[in-house]
Amino acid sequence: MQVPILKQGPFLIATIQSALTDADIVELRDALVDQVGRYRARGVIIDVTSLDVLDSFATGTLRDVAQMVRLRGAETVIVGIQPDVAFAMVHMGLSLEGVTTTLDLEEGLAYLTRGSKVAPGR
Amino acid sequence: MKPLELAEETLVVIESDADIVAARMRGRALASQMGFPPTLATLVATAISELARNILLYAGRGEVVLTPVERGGRRGLAVMARDEGPGIPDIARAMEDGYSTSGRLGLGLPGVRRLVDEFEITSHLGQGTTVTVKKWLG
Repeated sequence: MQVPILKQGPFLIATIQSALTDADIVELRDALVDQVGRYRARGVIIDVTSLDVLDSFATGTLRDVAQMVRLRGAETVIVGIQPDVAFAMVHMGLSLEGVTTTLDLEEGLAYLTRGSKVAPGR
Repeated sequence: MKPLELAEETLVVIESDADIVAARMRGRALASQMGFPPTLATLVATAISELARNILLYAGRGEVVLTPVERGGRRGLAVMARDEGPGIPDIARAMEDGYSTSGRLGLGLPGVRRLVDEFEITSHLGQGTTVTVKKWLG
């Protein structure tokens, strides 16, 4: 597994640490959708801070994750999209419409905690 | 001693999804080396990623060639993505937003065109497709 998934309270945190192949991203998607059920998670955070490219496949798969996780009863937040990556995405016409994004992990956790009755990390 | 070649080619063979990552990393490294600021290098890397994936998706195998170019005192980076796949039956349609025969987003080619300064495509049925894009510095 290329991307470690950490369980923190009712949330799953996936921190992408290096460039991912298409197969890696699909594997991450399936692992998250599976673990939402296994750990009865309320929220999923995907930290893309270290990604220097978000192309159409990565963007589309992240959108799929968010939709699949929602169908499983949890919420997804994408955190840490870098300025240059955001610039390229907008140029290309790629969007993460309908998917919650926050500046960083801290904001992402704060967002999910607001909607949850259980505090994370307890 | 041979004179230094100004424009050296970098060729990346595309036959697996790991090669897509390799191609865009080489492209970013080359662009940075040539003095492209990170923002423009990211546009180049993203374009390479899309073109390399198209090769894999539609032809299964091909190559990406990166070449530093110069025109009228301006420097730039040319990216050529070529394959000997089935070719594109209707290029005009392939260049439309939202059109895809692969069932994916369908943003590949029109998206790439918006990332670069110059875009050229030739495709012959049964012979293959070549897409050449250029990004200029400054």
